[in-house]
Amino acid sequence: MDNLPEGVLETRWITGSPTLKQVTDDISRPMEGKPGKLWYVLFGIAVLGLLDLLAMATWLVANGIGVWGLNNSVGWAFDITNFVFWIGIGHAGTLISAILLLFRQKWRTSINRSAEAMTIFAVMCAGLFPLLHMGRPWDAFFIFPYVPNQHGPLWVNFRSPLVWDVFAISTYFTISLVFWYLGLIPDLATLRDRATTRIKKAVFGALSLGWNGSHRTWSRYEIVSLILAGLATPLVLSVHSIVSMDFATSLLPGWHTTIFPPYFVAGAIYSGFGMVLTLLILTRSSMNLQRYITIKHLDSMAKVLLLTGSIVGFAYATEFFSAWYGGNIYERYHFVNRATGPYAFGFWLMMLCNVLAPQLFWSKKIRRHVGALFVISILVNIGMWFERFVIIVVSLHRAFLPASWGMFYPTVVDIGILVGSFGLFFTLFLLFIRFAPMIAIWEVKGVVTEQAHGTHVAVDTHVIPGSEAPTEASTEARTDAQAGDRP
Amino acid sequence: MRARVVIATFPHASDLLNAVRRARREMLRVYDVYAPFPVHGLDEAMGIRRTRLPRVTLIAGLTGLCFALGFQYYANVLDWPINVGGKPDNTTLAFIPISFELTVLFGGLATVAAFLLRTRLYPSKQPWLPAAGVTDDTFAIVIRRPSGDEIHQRALALLTECGAAAVTESEADL
Repeated sequence: MDNLPEGVLETRWITGSPTLKQVTDDISRPMEGKPGKLWYVLFGIAVLGLLDLLAMATWLVANGIGVWGLNNSVGWAFDITNFVFWIGIGHAGTLISAILLLFRQKWRTSINRSAEAMTIFAVMCAGLFPLLHMGRPWDAFFIFPYVPNQHGPLWVNFRSPLVWDVFAISTYFTISLVFWYLGLIPDLATLRDRATTRIKKAVFGALSLGWNGSHRTWSRYEIVSLILAGLATPLVLSVHSIVSMDFATSLLPGWHTTIFPPYFVAGAIYSGFGMVLTLLILTRSSMNLQRYITIKHLDSMAKVLLLTGSIVGFAYATEFFSAWYGGNIYERYHFVNRATGPYAFGFWLMMLCNVLAPQLFWSKKIRRHVGALFVISILVNIGMWFERFVIIVVSLHRAFLPASWGMFYPTVVDIGILVGSFGLFFTLFLLFIRFAPMIAIWEVKGVVTEQAHGTHVAVDTHVIPGSEAPTEASTEARTDAQAGDRP
Repeated sequence: MRARVVIATFPHASDLLNAVRRARREMLRVYDVYAPFPVHGLDEAMGIRRTRLPRVTLIAGLTGLCFALGFQYYANVLDWPINVGGKPDNTTLAFIPISFELTVLFGGLATVAAFLLRTRLYPSKQPWLPAAGVTDDTFAIVIRRPSGDEIHQRALALLTECGAAAVTESEADL
């Protein structure tokens, strides 16, 4: 363990001790000034991607999904791979805002807002793929049970994981959106009160719901946040579990395994944190927010990547072990084929990015090197995309009957829509960091105030670094520290 | 209710906390406190009762659960039973994922709706701000103006003593 003075510094999540006014100014600055050149360049690229998506999706809807490389053997390919990939990305936001809130992890305050926004945008990208895969997106409402039922009294099949998915993802999207907006309200009020233009005053005035910082409201607000976090925590675990059941409840070798739900959830958190890391490294430097998103935050995220990456690696090993030990020849063939068949490159890429790359994070030096973190975070994203590709396409292309074996080759439209989904995602994200506070101003103020007291207390009473809640302190300091224990 | 109030602003959260405690000890009526972030310890200092919003979550969550289970039962057993792989019509286990999702959906939405109703927040509401900067870096305490002259003076003195940056009087709907 570090010696004490360093340990005390270790408990600080914000560099220096900015005043409350400074916190407001620093975080609002990107929204009030003109963004840097980097923002315009990135936004230009993202919009090109979005246009590509619009063109490709129009082409797809006009001609039918035959323009994709799908066929009778491989009926799910890029579309469902992208769907699972984006849903997975969407898991980090709720994990950071809900689970870390329940675990009282203070480092979440600087990153939760952007991670939640990322979740919402990722789920929007994910929702696009089943919609396009239907071929007739205008009939998409058929997947919901609705009244009056125009198919006669025939309902959707409530026993099907695909229908569970519809409920899980729409609930997840709704609750994430509400949670995100609720967190934004106090900051919107802050922006309303410092707005200089008429338009900003009107927009923030309408959206901030008349928030005035009353403590009677704050008191309820905190309880509501906790309740939502408590609801969102099992929700986030359920969403990817249900996605995994789309596969696990089938009989196909490579899909038919009970390990899927926890394995998918770990993979989702892993990929989501990878994406959060990529985005935060880009935004902290382009928006000058290094003071609030510190190396320590990046370090903590790298640790989560190490943990979840190791769980994913362990799951891969377990799958191989059961395929060998289970004695089912189809299962065994599938796994041999995974590593040596025509799509072996995808498998080895996935092993490299998901099993080996995160192990570099055992080194503190690498965890604190921004360049290395950025490269590894990209590798994580690539690896997790290929994991879904391997699970979906490799399982389908060699099913039980050799007569129904086939190959999948992506077409221009497949690749165009994948690239386009990144365009949609980054367009939304870049607009978000330009027009909304990408760090929760009010939460950072709480941390800054507590930090000012907490450091004193820690020096006075020799508290072990990392633990909060000092045992003895002045009345005020104790009340502040109780912040951590209050329900 | 239109009331005459004394508004004191503070630059530090700890002074505010101290002022609230002392004002309540002096039997002054603290209407509300305004802060840019939730100051911990204020609930106890102001004597705020714990909110009953969790009950809304419980009731709405249970409603969602019953609705989901009931609807799936109705669709699969009463309205249009389909034999899927010889499974019974009422396959409760398969109904659980959707029931769980609707429990969370109902619970979450109802809680937020109840919160907005209870705190009277709605789009485009004109906020009443006791002082400039309460959403930025200022803390404010709003106290009912005492009717007696002597106690009024004592209240003003107390607030200044606690470190108030400014003490003003105003009228407000509270």
